[in-house]
Amino acid sequence: MSVLIFVETTDGEIRGTALEALSYGAEVARMTGTSATAIILGNSLHADNLVSIGNYGVAKVLHVQDERLNVGVIQAYTQVLAQAAEKEGATIVVLAKSSLGDAVAARLAVKMKAALASNVVDLPDLSDGFKVKRGVYTGKAFQTTRLNTENKILALKKNAIAVNPGSDLATVESFSANLSDADFGVKITKTDKITGEILLPEADLVVSGGRGLKGPENWGIIEDLAKALGAATGCSKPVSDLDWRPHHEHVGQTGVKVSPQLYIAVGISGAIQHLAGVSSSKCIVVINKDPEAPFFKAADYGIVGDAFEVLPKLTQAIKLLK
Amino acid sequence: MKILVCITHVPDTTSKITFTDGETKLNKSGLQFVIGPYDDYALARGVELKEQLGATLTALNVGLAETEPTIRKALAIGADDAIRINAEPTDAYFVATQIAHIARQNNYDLILMGRESSDYNGGQVHGMVGEMLGIPSLSPVMKLDIEGSLAKMAREVEGGKEYLEASLPLVLGCQEPIAEWKIPNMRGIMSARKKPLDVIEPVSHEVWTAGEKYELPASKGACKMIDASEAEKLIELLKNEAKVL
Repeated sequence: MSVLIFVETTDGEIRGTALEALSYGAEVARMTGTSATAIILGNSLHADNLVSIGNYGVAKVLHVQDERLNVGVIQAYTQVLAQAAEKEGATIVVLAKSSLGDAVAARLAVKMKAALASNVVDLPDLSDGFKVKRGVYTGKAFQTTRLNTENKILALKKNAIAVNPGSDLATVESFSANLSDADFGVKITKTDKITGEILLPEADLVVSGGRGLKGPENWGIIEDLAKALGAATGCSKPVSDLDWRPHHEHVGQTGVKVSPQLYIAVGISGAIQHLAGVSSSKCIVVINKDPEAPFFKAADYGIVGDAFEVLPKLTQAIKLLK
Repeated sequence: MKILVCITHVPDTTSKITFTDGETKLNKSGLQFVIGPYDDYALARGVELKEQLGATLTALNVGLAETEPTIRKALAIGADDAIRINAEPTDAYFVATQIAHIARQNNYDLILMGRESSDYNGGQVHGMVGEMLGIPSLSPVMKLDIEGSLAKMAREVEGGKEYLEASLPLVLGCQEPIAEWKIPNMRGIMSARKKPLDVIEPVSHEVWTAGEKYELPASKGACKMIDASEAEKLIELLKNEAKVL
């Protein structure tokens, strides 16, 4: 029995949410009196990054050096994880929620005959069986769910656990899986990815703009504040529907659900669908001209005022702070 | 060409969610139920492909009789016929087992559904169905074109898009902007009443998960207002009071 943690990488680095998965998996191993093993697929990660996984409480890393896995091929990834879990005798697989993690987790659940809990927001409760708390109704509620099977898969929502890195180093072991052509039946022909920007679903700080900004040409003040903070930029649904901003910036019930430390909403009235996408933010700031905007009821701090006057002041104050 | 679109029956996105029976059941009173918002995109693209390719389009829902108005709406939007698996959809594995069972009998070329339901948000069913049937599954798919037996797709990934190609059959979890939502017209609504809706009993399965108690997020305290003329004070509060900077 052990815990296997899927570590997703991007641009040669370990994803921020994967560090949470590592910390979570290490803690679950401690709680269940077993060991934890991490697995990395593809050969784009630097060796220093591999051993640094030990900083997050996981002493062993399986490295699958197969360049076909440098891109996220869902079926092949599923095969590799299933074989690694079998080799390690892993009964619990932990991964961070993402466009790849979710897709792999669902297939892996069937392969491993494992109950799967998604959007897990806290460590499991082992006092009576195996129970986890997970987000449901798109951020509007939580449910405690009991997992009945011997094998279990936990897909974590961001901020399910705090990351406190130590200084231990992990030992790295090569692992090769048996993969067939059928596992690579889906061809990834091209990837269009913004590099070097903070990814919205994983950001700790987010600055979002709504229709109150009046047009895409006015996004400079949002971008300036985001840049000064080191934040990702987001937007409301009307803004992405109007093509003022790309769809992957749409925050809300049918867009990206974020759970940052700080969410700053500018010129967004706060429709219930938007609130659902931001409800797990630690601190919410609302800046709106309309004192009656419903978003103020969901906010920790509010400023009633013109964004074009308020935002440059905030950007300036941040710069002075640093 | 045969297309299956799986739809969920969920509270409208504007719904305020509350619970009853010792916080173990959704309080359905006063809630409007609709086709899941992501399923609506899958359905709309299914109808477009049906018209382009001369395919047949079947809508499927796992739910009790209360979901029939939602299924009729899918028929009004353009599905040719529908199947209701007569059971409460208890978890993703249960729903996937039912869909895979129907799919094995009917050899669909394309199985479409939303990327996730808006009640449990697991985003698990498409992947599970794909694995059960031994065919590829992809999600969230935001673009889908069919050329012969080849599907050309785009999938949303963090910070961008991934373009993919795969041979049919496929299971796809869909999201915008794969198609524009379709609103049923009067002719569609009239014809939907006569379209076949088969009710099928579920196949047995193992129970992997059990939902226990629900809870609502902790409510926020009062919003602290800062005067616009002293906006810079906010930064100090965020740093020293909220401790998020």
